[in-house]
Amino acid sequence: MYSEKVMDHFSNPRNVGEIENANAVGQVGNAKCGDIMKIYMDIEDNVIKDVKFKTFGCGAAIATSSMATEMVKGKTVDEALALTNKAVMEALDGLPPEKIHCSVLAEEAIQSAIEDYKKRQGIELKSDNKCDFCCKKCHDID
Amino acid sequence: MSVYMDNNATTYMKKEVLDAMLPYYTDIFGNASSKFYKTGRDAEQALYKLRESVAKNIGAAHANEIYFTGSGCEADNWALKGIAFANKGKGNHIITSKIEHHAILHTCEYLEKHGFEVTYLDVDEYGVVKPETVENAITENTILISIMTANNEIGTIEPIREISEIAKKHKIIFHTDAVQAIGHMPINVQELGVDMLSLSAHKFHGPKGVGMLYIRNGVKIDNLIHGGGQERGKRAATENLAGIAGLAKALEIATDNLDENIAKLTKLRDRLIKGIQESIPYCRLNGALGDKRLCNNANFSFKYVEGESILMMLDMKGVAASSGSACASGSLDPSHVLLAIGLPHEIAHGSLRLSVGDDTTEEDVDYVLEVLPPIIKRLRDMSPLYEDVLKGDNK
Repeated sequence: MYSEKVMDHFSNPRNVGEIENANAVGQVGNAKCGDIMKIYMDIEDNVIKDVKFKTFGCGAAIATSSMATEMVKGKTVDEALALTNKAVMEALDGLPPEKIHCSVLAEEAIQSAIEDYKKRQGIELKSDNKCDFCCKKCHDID
Repeated sequence: MSVYMDNNATTYMKKEVLDAMLPYYTDIFGNASSKFYKTGRDAEQALYKLRESVAKNIGAAHANEIYFTGSGCEADNWALKGIAFANKGKGNHIITSKIEHHAILHTCEYLEKHGFEVTYLDVDEYGVVKPETVENAITENTILISIMTANNEIGTIEPIREISEIAKKHKIIFHTDAVQAIGHMPINVQELGVDMLSLSAHKFHGPKGVGMLYIRNGVKIDNLIHGGGQERGKRAATENLAGIAGLAKALEIATDNLDENIAKLTKLRDRLIKGIQESIPYCRLNGALGDKRLCNNANFSFKYVEGESILMMLDMKGVAASSGSACASGSLDPSHVLLAIGLPHEIAHGSLRLSVGDDTTEEDVDYVLEVLPPIIKRLRDMSPLYEDVLKGDNK
């Protein structure tokens, strides 16, 4: 059902935890749907020095959180904002159709943390979320 | 180590059952409807004896009340659709519960599209259908009541005898889905007072692909499967004699060893339940307690974690189990049973069903008790919900 990469990131998730005094924190999803992702970042000079996550959710939710944090670590804020759910999915060698939802959450968790950072910096950011946390499985998002 | 703890999903087939089946694939391969040569007659006679054996082991008055089907699901579909369509001149109302198996619930939804009205009864916090709610739901149009003998997810045993008395009083046909109950509690259709009862062989160490519907003589039912004249013209298809032999043998073994098996499984179940309750905080046992619960079933919700993740980590440790979480099933909502007993979505997502079987040992139970607590802890350490709880506790 899951690729080897998904299983690897599920069984040995990278970047699990919290960052004390993080200057960017974002949380998406809700418990009713069974998925919550929380991302902590330490951003210096527009570069993501460190990133950690905590996730309540299924195997795919944990694996996409792990992969997404790995993909943005060391990147600039703008590079991280350009991360798509599709890129996360490809990096994991694909997800079952009903789990695409998890990759969308991962993308939005990263964006949510960066929005928080920009807000703290006094920069307003237009929000254009794909996910309205409707608990649906996002079959129509690729 | 490999531990199978999903006996509510299916069971291994016993060697004696396989041995009872094999002759019907090779030596006695005839079609039971072909009576003009020996292998056909042998098949017919074998079928007769197997039907008698099944009738005896479920307490049916007559062998001709036993109808073999292709599954428990087919038996449920037949019971509901067959009664609904045969009795639509009398009324269009069906009573069932919110915690039935999907074989019942989805059939009811289908019948609603065809002009029938269905009342889905609430259950209490333990998953019990209160008999008075059945009686209160009866209208002059009620033609059928279908309540499961025991629930497949949370193991709650329903008050079937009380409900059957209500059905009898109001002259309404009563069906029970006993798929999980057979082999795990005493089942006698006459003592229970049911008009129809479904069972499935693979839930009690028989083969997959064979089930049975008991239909008390005198009950008017339409056919589900049309074709030849098998099963007294009620269920077409050449009889799956090997499968039926497997079902009959598995039922015979289950009946002969019932008390001993219940005692053994209850002990294992309680060791598991007690062990989990003692070692894992923030957990909730779902379903009824003690002898009101199937002897092989344990169902827990672990707050702040999600069920599919628990299953995946258990699988890595060699433990096979099941969950009522939406993620594990591919549907949008968590288990309808857990929601019906009043669990909030977020708690229902974190559910785990462990069901022991007759090959489960105390060592197996202890192994699960050894690997499960660290899995829950690991997932909680990863969970933002648990983080909030810890911070809340520290305040």
